[in-house]
Amino acid sequence: MSEAVDALTKVGMMVADAISSENSPRASIEAYRRDFDEADKSSSEPQWLRSMRRSAMDTFESGGFPSMKNEDWHFTNIAPVAEHKFQPAKKGAAVSSEALARIEYGQDWHTVVFVNGRLAAPSQGLPAGLTITSLASEIEGDTDLIKRHFSKLATPESGTFTALNAAFAIDGAVIRLAADTVVEKPIHLVFVSDAGAEQAATHPHNLVFAERHSQATIIESFVAVGADVYFTNAVTEVFVADGARLSHYKLQRESQNAFHVGTLQVHQARDSRYESFSFATGAELSRTNVYTTLAGDAAEAVLNGLYMVDGKQHVDHQTRIEHVAPNCPSHELYKGILDGRSHGVFNGKVYVHPEAQKTDGKQSNNNLLLSDQARVDTKPQLEIFADDVKCTHGATVGRLDETALFYMRSRGIGTSQARRLLTYAFAADVLEKLELEPLKEALEAQVLERFTS
Amino acid sequence: MSSAIESLVNKEYAYGFVTDVETDSIGRGLSEDVIRLISSKKNEPAFMLEWRLKAYRRWLTMKEPHWGNLHYEPIDYQNIIYYSAPKSVKPLQSLDEVDPELLRAYEKLGISLNEQKKLAGVAVDAIFDSVSVGTTMKEELSKYGIVFCSFGEAVQNHPELVERYLGTVVPHSDNFYAALNAAVFSDGSFCYVPKGVKCPMELSTYFRINSADTGQFERTLIIADEGASVSYLEGCTAPRRDTNQLHAAVVELIALDNASVKYSTVQNWYAGDSEGKGGIFNFVTKRGKCAGVNSKISWTQVETGSAITWKYPSVILQGDNSTGEFYSVAVVNNHQQADTGTKMIHIGKNTKSNIVSKGISAGHGNNSYRGQVKILPRATNARNYTQCDSMLIGNQCGAHTFPYIEVQNNTATLEHEASTSKIGEDQIFYCKQRGLSAEHAVSMIVSGFCREVFQNLPMEFAVEAQQLLGITLEGSVG
Repeated sequence: MSEAVDALTKVGMMVADAISSENSPRASIEAYRRDFDEADKSSSEPQWLRSMRRSAMDTFESGGFPSMKNEDWHFTNIAPVAEHKFQPAKKGAAVSSEALARIEYGQDWHTVVFVNGRLAAPSQGLPAGLTITSLASEIEGDTDLIKRHFSKLATPESGTFTALNAAFAIDGAVIRLAADTVVEKPIHLVFVSDAGAEQAATHPHNLVFAERHSQATIIESFVAVGADVYFTNAVTEVFVADGARLSHYKLQRESQNAFHVGTLQVHQARDSRYESFSFATGAELSRTNVYTTLAGDAAEAVLNGLYMVDGKQHVDHQTRIEHVAPNCPSHELYKGILDGRSHGVFNGKVYVHPEAQKTDGKQSNNNLLLSDQARVDTKPQLEIFADDVKCTHGATVGRLDETALFYMRSRGIGTSQARRLLTYAFAADVLEKLELEPLKEALEAQVLERFTS
Repeated sequence: MSSAIESLVNKEYAYGFVTDVETDSIGRGLSEDVIRLISSKKNEPAFMLEWRLKAYRRWLTMKEPHWGNLHYEPIDYQNIIYYSAPKSVKPLQSLDEVDPELLRAYEKLGISLNEQKKLAGVAVDAIFDSVSVGTTMKEELSKYGIVFCSFGEAVQNHPELVERYLGTVVPHSDNFYAALNAAVFSDGSFCYVPKGVKCPMELSTYFRINSADTGQFERTLIIADEGASVSYLEGCTAPRRDTNQLHAAVVELIALDNASVKYSTVQNWYAGDSEGKGGIFNFVTKRGKCAGVNSKISWTQVETGSAITWKYPSVILQGDNSTGEFYSVAVVNNHQQADTGTKMIHIGKNTKSNIVSKGISAGHGNNSYRGQVKILPRATNARNYTQCDSMLIGNQCGAHTFPYIEVQNNTATLEHEASTSKIGEDQIFYCKQRGLSAEHAVSMIVSGFCREVFQNLPMEFAVEAQQLLGITLEGSVG
């Protein structure tokens, strides 16, 4: 009898252990809290920033990780991230030039390298009108710029992961384009996770200021060099002033076992043009948020993307285009290729405010399912409060066209070759929209390689 | 907004009269006793009471859903009268026994329960407040073995059918309003079409809320047995009152092998006044199950009334090769809000669904399309086509689209398209220079916009729907 009671007590204790073990969201939030308090104790940061971080940490702690009942996370179970206790990242090693050349597709760009979330190699020889500093140095200098803009667009209140980022972000790029500056060569921000980031979380935070009538192309690359399981929680805030033109490409090529959450928040003034492209092939679970506000008359937004996953990868994109000002066009095309047991999610919203008359919004999401285990959930949404608008959206899900395959085979092309060609053609449709020629070619080659190996 | 479009005037709700019929109501509020009372008033067998109580206990644990794009004052569920019946209602032998006041009310509504309808070939079951008052053409239908009667009669005369099918599509625990309905529903229509029978005429129900402060909770159950087919029409009106009234109905459709059910609704509940005061809260659960192979269920709805509409007629495509359809026109004006759409759940192989939704927003109205298309792993070769278009008239209104597309089988083909536009100045100008008035031009453009849906309505309903649309939008183009 007493043995039975003992056994029961043991089971009870084991259950209690399991509940408070490392594998619960509560435990990982507590771990974040401990890490935060420790950093806060020894912090020499300006007072305003410390109190902002504290309140961001409180927001994160009280809000917790979103459940699938949260409409924004309806199709993405964030538990693998929530239940994982990530350490603060260790300092990384320098990235070899061969590795960098691979990451850059052999191109010569204005490259800034961050390893494990910290600046490793600043860019040399920048043209006049372009300055790139690090967030860490801006914080150290307690600059007015950082005080006015850090976490002001992507606020801690806007979501769990922006709050977490605001609490922990220590470094990132701060890019300034002076008025009328035209930068020819793309600016490339490379975020590398090496062995020091294993089982760790990094929180890069970038700020981009494109002043009046400036023009530039920015590429953000997320890659692993020696890390396998880690968590990147990136935030980029972009301010596009009157008449400025910015192309912004994000290449998410994390390790296949990594976790990635990225938020891109853009504010567009009058006559500005912002083009975004999100290319996602990495991570076991990734979530990319692309949010832009068309705040000035006749601003234009182009949001495109291609996600290509396999195995048990989960890739989620959420976009939101806020039409606040009138006469703004927005175009959006996201395509997905899903193989293996992968799961693709697209959630796009076009929100038209009452004043945003003459809005012209187009949004499409097309998905190609290559295997019978892959799945897709897509939710393109329109919320419209102005009457003089033209808004359309469309979504498709399907597999390769049997008739097209048959046609190619009847012309002597083998089944597997035909399938590859058709898959490539599906992806090429959106890659063609890339305005940066070398990147377009590199990504096309990468897609082709993926489907010929 | 332009002056060219600024011309139509407000027309009052034509169905807003109150009929003075003595009613047999019970007190306000809801408890197990109320449910027992309703059940005993209806002289129900034990399984019904048990089912109701099960639903009520479940309801107590549920939360009112607030995920809809809707805004309204909280509803006090204890301040509603859950049962109200015209007093003279006893089992009716013929229409002569119906209270003449009631018949006059129906005449005002344009439905006469008598011979005229017989000539028109429509069998009508009219539901006044919560009780069915007369079913026409019963004899004619019984020749074919078709059972078409009030739900109450069905419980008395065909309890085996009711017990077998009730709650099989919308279970008592389905959602907050469905559970409430299951607990307190007082009547509704029941239809059973036996094997191989094609119902020779359109069946029709007319719902009317008359008493103040009553909720209407009717339940419709339609079963098309193997190889059977039936087309069913439903219309609704209510008097003008400046308090909100709750309407929480449940409709269940079942189509067995090779059967087809077509269900058409013209919903014109009182929508509240131009300030948004009063009107019906229409929180309805409608769902059909294509249980058998090659079966088909088709929903057509014209939603012009109600202060708030929360309604998603759905189809569960369980049988292989089954088909689900949803055609909808939803119009909001003044302060009306509609959050409506459909769900197509593909379970069987080669299942097809087709969704055409047209939303028109005017005044301060807000119209949301919310739809789900779900392809489960076993649903090989599923096919869906969705089109939802919105039209905005005026800059105070809103049009929203929330589609959910969930695909778990790669042989599926899905297409979703949505657009939002307004009536163009150029279109009006074109019509005017061809000699049409602005009013005419607008109504022509709107009916062109809705044509694909109206084509799916039975003839006499299509005419009514067109007129309703005109009335609802009057004054909105301003």
